[in-house]
Amino acid sequence: MSSVLDVVLSSAFLAAVLRVATPYLLAAFGGLVAERAGVSNIALEGQMLSAACTGALVAGYSGSVAAGAVCGVAVATLLGVLLAALRLELGADAIIAGIGINLLASGATAYAVYTLLDDKGGTSGLKSGTLPTVTLPGIESIPVVGDVLSGQNLITWLAFLVAPFVAWLFYRTRFGFHLRAVGEMPDAAASVGIPVRRVQYAGLALSGALAGLAGVFLSMGYVSFFVRDMTAGRGFIALAAVFLGGLRPWGVFLAALGFGAAEALAVQLGTLDVPPQLVSTIPYAMTLVALAVYAWRRKRRGTTTEVAASL
Amino acid sequence: MNEPWGKDGPALAARAVTKTYANGVRAVRGVDLEVPPGEIRAVVGENGAGKSTLMKLFYGLEQPSSGTILIGGRPRTLRGPASAIALGVGMVHQNLMLVPSFTVAQNVVLGVEPGRRGLVDPKAAVETTARLAAEAGLSVDPRARVDEVSVGMRQRAEILKALHRQAKVLILDEPTAVLTPQETEDLFAAVRRLRDGGMTVLFISHKLREVREISDQVSVMRAGSLVGTVATADATERSLASMMVGRDLSLDVDRSPARTAQVTLRVRNLGYEAPVGQSLHGLDFDVAAGEIVGVAGIEGNGQSELAEILAGLRRPTEGTVHVGGTDTAGLDVAGHRRAGIGYVPEDRLHNGAALDESIADNLVVDRHDRPPLARRGILHPNAVRAHAERLIEEYAIRTPDPSVPVRALSGGNMQKVIVARELSAGPRLLIASQVTRGVDVGAMRFMYEQLIAARDAGAAVLLFSADLTELLALSDWLLVLREGRLVGRFDDTTGLTEKRVGLYMLGVEEHDRAHLTTGLGLTGTGTGEASTA
Repeated sequence: MSSVLDVVLSSAFLAAVLRVATPYLLAAFGGLVAERAGVSNIALEGQMLSAACTGALVAGYSGSVAAGAVCGVAVATLLGVLLAALRLELGADAIIAGIGINLLASGATAYAVYTLLDDKGGTSGLKSGTLPTVTLPGIESIPVVGDVLSGQNLITWLAFLVAPFVAWLFYRTRFGFHLRAVGEMPDAAASVGIPVRRVQYAGLALSGALAGLAGVFLSMGYVSFFVRDMTAGRGFIALAAVFLGGLRPWGVFLAALGFGAAEALAVQLGTLDVPPQLVSTIPYAMTLVALAVYAWRRKRRGTTTEVAASL
Repeated sequence: MNEPWGKDGPALAARAVTKTYANGVRAVRGVDLEVPPGEIRAVVGENGAGKSTLMKLFYGLEQPSSGTILIGGRPRTLRGPASAIALGVGMVHQNLMLVPSFTVAQNVVLGVEPGRRGLVDPKAAVETTARLAAEAGLSVDPRARVDEVSVGMRQRAEILKALHRQAKVLILDEPTAVLTPQETEDLFAAVRRLRDGGMTVLFISHKLREVREISDQVSVMRAGSLVGTVATADATERSLASMMVGRDLSLDVDRSPARTAQVTLRVRNLGYEAPVGQSLHGLDFDVAAGEIVGVAGIEGNGQSELAEILAGLRRPTEGTVHVGGTDTAGLDVAGHRRAGIGYVPEDRLHNGAALDESIADNLVVDRHDRPPLARRGILHPNAVRAHAERLIEEYAIRTPDPSVPVRALSGGNMQKVIVARELSAGPRLLIASQVTRGVDVGAMRFMYEQLIAARDAGAAVLLFSADLTELLALSDWLLVLREGRLVGRFDDTTGLTEKRVGLYMLGVEEHDRAHLTTGLGLTGTGTGEASTA
């Protein structure tokens, strides 16, 4: 047991938590923005996957990681807009449309990789590189903090800036104000002349872009290649974090960080004498437990939204 | 489009306006209407008469199929609410258009937020709201969350929203439906003040008494057309009602005194701990067969909870409920039905009917499992259809066919389906909540007759309504609920005024426990005593 504690308390573990939590944070905030705009973005998974694949392929063929990242994020943004169009123009159910996008992304990425590289597994045969790491000057000399923060990927830094950014966006800007009104009470927003659909399009595009950043990190930061279905359910876990965090920026931040820590723990325990199959279930088991706790708390408190609706 | 208002001419006008919806329904037919500035104009009409559609045309929510809308004396093309707002038209919708989790101030400024370069200045929002509220004499708490304030304050927030947008025309759609008499008086005072400051007000209502009180002129709509406009001073409720329905019709209820027999519903020390909403505390009352008992109270003071407990949708946490000798407190909904309880829920869209199913199916949901409709678990479609045809005839439900989904019916007809189902079961106890909410005058009249007929047939009727006029007209006696407790009991409604009941609803006055429990056969120091202390 003491070896587990040693692992958890090491600065290497804390650094791993930041790294592993990065895609959860970005995707969860993508989910949060969509949810608050009134359209559930269950397509986070597919958007991440498409971005990861596009990023690795474009970077590999063009030789520019920046171009890869930009194209990856752009593809995920477009998938966000696609979800918005299916939901808002054609009246499709957001959940069904989201599942469709996820299936499409899984199939299309595998097909693209196979067609281009003749490899069914991924792009490991293609040299695509990773996005740069960032080290703040002087930070390495600070004990522990220096070890944890130095050399983290650019996108990890971005991921941790996303929480204050989204909080600022929601509560300080006109756009965020409108987005929350549209998501909570679209009729009220429309009646004061807010263009409801346009706001929802923007929300889902931003949601897709954040999921795209998460995806780009997976194939161009976490590792340097794309693997088929490499998102491994992270989009859904991120969605769980959205609800577990009570649809509030800082709550979602903590929930996503918690899921990141759980996965980091699983990775670290893999090096110890614990069955790896058991260890790899930790993030998923934690998701279930967390959602059960959330549902139980909600039931006890009673749902304020229901009260509002009944008035 | 953005031309300023003309110097003179009507503030608001429609010239030969017709609106035909895509499905062929012609909601507004060739309406000519002119409202001069600084006037309170009432627009009355039955449901489906086209009032709401006409207002939507003025507010840009719909575009006319032909004809012209004039605002500020000039013809306008309204592409949406935003263009109407820009021209100085504000609207307070019947179901208030507020974001529940936002504060009053945030709702007031929503869409036109103070602040620079895409940011919202929360302090300026609060200050603006407070200033507007003081100027207009509409008291609100700018920092309170909308879902935590009274309906009256929400409505004042809606009016402030329009004022914040510098509205010169204010459309109020059924504004008093959810207000207490006192709140209504305050609203009217504020509306008069606004008018005296130059505001043009369009007041949509079907409460003719209020229309007479507040308006300068009344325009009457029927079946999409404007029947006429009369000076309020020259109109009587009766003359307006007959203009609305096209024939002489009175809403006076003809009710013989109740012939009460034995007690049907006996409620003792009923308590309910509500996880959300209003809890109930120590309720004691009886309802006898053959009488209508009204339950008055400001909405949200426990009426819904009480109705749902009696119907079996919620379990009381303490106390007993007996219906005709059966202890129903522990029974499930089916058990309540078997005990002879009929229930017309307040929210018919959610709890009253399966909207996508046919009228015929909705009429049998409480009895589909037994003869004559079913035998050995097999439903007989012919019997279901015959049953539906009989009730459609008997309750004058306007529909081409029993197979029409309930969703396609108007509010009044939808309610008739529910009332037909509940009353045709011959209930021993009928719990009726907001029976006439959102139904037109004709259907309202019909509901009144049906309730009295049920009473005369020996049913005990417990009537919940937000409309005090209706409660006083129909009830043999009246209870008042406030904060989940009984605070008033009027054994005779003759000569009882709305104002007097309103004082009990608001908590200005209260009956003592001895008066509340007279004749219930309770001993002086029951357990209920402690819980009301």
